[in-house]
Amino acid sequence: MSPGPVSQALERHSPRRRGLPAGGRSATALGNGLLAGYLSVLVLLPVSALLASAASGGSAAFWQSVSGPEAVAALKLTLVASAIVVVVNALFGTLIAWVLVRDEFPGKRVVNALIDLPFALPTVVAGVVLLALYGKGGPAGIDITFTRAAVGLALLFVTLPFVVRSVQPVLIELDRSMEEAAGSLGAGSWTVFRRIVLPNLTPAILSGAALSFARALGEFGSVVLISGNLPFKTEVGSVYIFNQVENDNVAAAASVSVVLLACALVVLGAMTWLSRRGSAHGG
Amino acid sequence: MAVSVRRLGPRAVGLTYLLALLGAPVAMIFYRTFEHGLAPVWNAVTQPNAIHAFWLSVELVAIVVPLNTVFGIGIALLIERGRFRGRALLGLLLDLPFAISPVVVGLALVLVYGRTGWFGNWLTAHGIQVIFSIPGMVLATAFVSLPFVARETVPVLHELGTDAEQAAATLGASAWQTFRRVTLPAIRWGVVYGVVLTTARALGEFGAVSIVSGRLEGQTQTLPLYVQDRFENFDTTGAYAAAVVLALLAFATLLTMNLLARRTRRDTAV
Repeated sequence: MSPGPVSQALERHSPRRRGLPAGGRSATALGNGLLAGYLSVLVLLPVSALLASAASGGSAAFWQSVSGPEAVAALKLTLVASAIVVVVNALFGTLIAWVLVRDEFPGKRVVNALIDLPFALPTVVAGVVLLALYGKGGPAGIDITFTRAAVGLALLFVTLPFVVRSVQPVLIELDRSMEEAAGSLGAGSWTVFRRIVLPNLTPAILSGAALSFARALGEFGSVVLISGNLPFKTEVGSVYIFNQVENDNVAAAASVSVVLLACALVVLGAMTWLSRRGSAHGG
Repeated sequence: MAVSVRRLGPRAVGLTYLLALLGAPVAMIFYRTFEHGLAPVWNAVTQPNAIHAFWLSVELVAIVVPLNTVFGIGIALLIERGRFRGRALLGLLLDLPFAISPVVVGLALVLVYGRTGWFGNWLTAHGIQVIFSIPGMVLATAFVSLPFVARETVPVLHELGTDAEQAAATLGASAWQTFRRVTLPAIRWGVVYGVVLTTARALGEFGAVSIVSGRLEGQTQTLPLYVQDRFENFDTTGAYAAAVVLALLAFATLLTMNLLARRTRRDTAV
């Protein structure tokens, strides 16, 4: 995202930087000050308070809140469910992206537009929507309320667009002459996909998967109605944090929050590092 | 017919997955909402608490979206055009709302602005209530919807380059004139796209608002909180009706996004 060398050079000799009228300069400074204030009030201070609260009782207290049996069960469920969801997303997301780019069928544009629905739909509505079909008394004849399957389903719903939307543009740009060459040399369609298409898609799949993992770790609204929030069974990390806050157990909530946040940041950081390495190889 | 089998296999699997996860449940909620006709639905959405929740959600959107639009453009300009050391940090800060659980956002705000929080004493002494009232809900909604405008504007600014801005400045335009007459018209569709995403996110925010609002019926209950409240009180008609209102707004969002995407494509094609 850094500007190219030309614009950097221009920027250096920019009259805006050198001979800006005094009024303009102070206006810019005022704007930057307002921006810094907004970000501080909104993000920096609260996140600092969260870290401070988690650290307030020292490492022993932190460890105690994080290693309590209910907290461990909630974190474990969150991590395992998110991991499963990521694998399913990687498979089906790639498949759906493939169908939307390479296949032609009536109604394709509508299907393509609907992929973003989970991003536009409020999360609590996502939970209600799933319960309308798969809940008690639903026409599907199954009842997933208060089960771990319900947690997985809710997470799959809200993270559906990530892999599809990161793979789709790469697939559109992909040069098909390589595939045609492989095909004319006798490679079957599966071999072509596995040896030529898939390696080109891997960075996009990984980045979509990382985003959906981070989202699944913190998901709350879609899970809270559907899972029943039974401790040791269907209570995910975010719900555990919510319950601790409601019970005025703020320090414990902050400690578990920091663990969740650290997991999300590690995954997103790894993704950034991988994609940087990938683009460095590509030139 | 090997070709058609190869094509039909993925298509059948992919579309079945989408139907089971997305299409059928969404169709079902519309069906179950309207299966007894329009009257009960109308009755449910015109309950005083439902109407109050709806307008409260609108009020939050009306405050948060302009804030995040102005500051989002500012952040995008700093990231793309600024030359200072903390640019990477600013980018990280901007991505934070994507990595952080909404519930954790709510908790973090309580820790600063709550009664026992960092500013609790000062705020109480000055008679300002943030948590369990509108200001806290504004902060929570603004936090979770912060990145969208900036994230949509940064690539457009990058693509745009600085040539036209340099030319304007050379010809004697002030920084503000350059921004208003050169930069803003060029980035407007990116900004609008970000505004649509911000609106959808702000309207639907649940976890963070759930914690900071206290969920007081008819007072600090937004429309998504109202859906949960009705559902947990076994009023499925009320829950479905409010959920359908939110779903319709989501469809409107999708439609706008698609129209805008087409518009942007046309603009760049010219």
